[in-house]
Amino acid sequence: MNPTYTLSAGRRRANRLATVAVTGAVFLALIPLVWLLVTVVSRGFARLDAQFFTWSMRGVVGEGGGAIHAIVGTVLITAATTAICVPIGVGTAIYLVEYGRGWLPRVIRFVVVVLTGLPSIVAGLFVYAVIMAICGPGTRSGLAGAAALSLLMIPVVITSSEEILALVPNRLREAAIGLGATKHRIITTVIWPHALSGIVAAVMLGVCRIIGETAPLLLVAGFADSMNTDLTSGRMSTLPVYIYSQWQNKGANLAAYDNRAWTAALVLIGLVLIFAVASRLIVRLTSSRPQR
Amino acid sequence: MIHPQPTRQQPLVATAAEGLEIAHVSAHYGGFEAIRDVSLTIAPRTITALIGGSGCGKSTLLRTINRMHETCDQASVTGSIRLDGTDLYGPDIDPVAVRRVIGMVFQRANPFPTMSVRDNVLVGLRLRNRRLSRDHAQDVVEMSLRAANLWDDVKDRLNRPGASLSGGQQQRLCIARVIAVEPKVILMDEPCSALDPISTAAIEDLMINLRRDYTVVIVTHNMQQAARVADKTAFLSVSSPGGPGTVVEYADTDTIFHHPTQSATADYVGGRFG
Repeated sequence: MNPTYTLSAGRRRANRLATVAVTGAVFLALIPLVWLLVTVVSRGFARLDAQFFTWSMRGVVGEGGGAIHAIVGTVLITAATTAICVPIGVGTAIYLVEYGRGWLPRVIRFVVVVLTGLPSIVAGLFVYAVIMAICGPGTRSGLAGAAALSLLMIPVVITSSEEILALVPNRLREAAIGLGATKHRIITTVIWPHALSGIVAAVMLGVCRIIGETAPLLLVAGFADSMNTDLTSGRMSTLPVYIYSQWQNKGANLAAYDNRAWTAALVLIGLVLIFAVASRLIVRLTSSRPQR
Repeated sequence: MIHPQPTRQQPLVATAAEGLEIAHVSAHYGGFEAIRDVSLTIAPRTITALIGGSGCGKSTLLRTINRMHETCDQASVTGSIRLDGTDLYGPDIDPVAVRRVIGMVFQRANPFPTMSVRDNVLVGLRLRNRRLSRDHAQDVVEMSLRAANLWDDVKDRLNRPGASLSGGQQQRLCIARVIAVEPKVILMDEPCSALDPISTAAIEDLMINLRRDYTVVIVTHNMQQAARVADKTAFLSVSSPGGPGTVVEYADTDTIFHHPTQSATADYVGGRFG
């Protein structure tokens, strides 16, 4: 008997069902995201004016005011956190992939997994306790905030950088070993250029993890109405904390506080977008990859 | 600007090809013994082929020669391999220095994908922290690519990625990369097993040219290839399934293929296994 080459009705139905289910899942996932974006943009638009980017909240009650102090605070604290996390996180990942043998890497990986699940408020409390013990009670600073955020960011950077480094094909390592390269030259000449764009993506993932953090910053960086560009001392506001405080401590003019909170949320999303695009551009411009 | 045409057909520095003396070498992966008590004397400026069935330890033997074997986890080697009288497994020997003298070409062409054709040729020197003047670098690139029979194919696209070349060209690029660092010995681990017959023929021609300046050791599954290019051939086999590989017979290639003294060799080269 000849086999039949036509698609059976059952297979056809199953095929259609699966396609609908998978496509449906995509839409379900997109609905809240798009909804959120539309809401933030439409509500945040009201105060997206020059004053918002030039004024702080110093002496402002009711309408007007801005969030420049919180924008600067967010950029400074995020930059400081990244500066702490990149050497530690990427260094650990290089150790795990290129050097680690025996029991130590297993212990490190376990600790990293535990740290990934660390609630942010615990990171904040830990740093708060340490700072209190060292500098006395009531001390607040942007650097303390960066320290707390680093506890959250380092595990993300380690885990994702490790995955990127493990993706570098082993035959490239072998080729370099066979050419008589020392380990550190292999890492800097072969592994690093191959993994760079992925490492930058890993760091961006870490930045996204911490840029919206509120709880630990409320504890250790505090809240301020006015500009502070000194990371080492004094309270420093960030956008998430700004949003929280606008929402929490409304004055008589409710709409003014609500609008500022929404605009701050919009600016925060915009900042993440700018960081992501900028980091990719930097990689593209600095990488030595030959042109196709 | 036109670069001055290199006049020498010889390598940049007259390389002193040297013979290898492999004595009582055994290699382990953890508790597994891959080869046992292998002894071979390899004359300078010859091609030696290692043949034998899968798992007979011929690749492992090749990788003990430039101390690549020990880069695997828990791998170990006993015995001695002498190059010009120096025991490569001596107590004060740096394995990195050994690999600088004994180049290796791998089964799958592995040019560095982040680098151009030119940089792939120069990478061996860069990996050794050598600084090169622009003219010298250009000389090294042209000389090495000419020696690898690749110059005419790629001279107009030296700045294209190494991975943009065809499989056979990539393998010749890897050979050029090894030539650029002026080794004394070149090891090739089944260099043609992923290539079509035309590329294979190009690589075989190249091996015969390389023999003028270098000592070449190849591992191959292709017995015709061994018969075509090798001066001497070693047949390796395992004495029992899962046991260590040993050298069954080592002689002139002609002897191995036409007048083998061992029946196991005759069975293998004649296509009868067992």
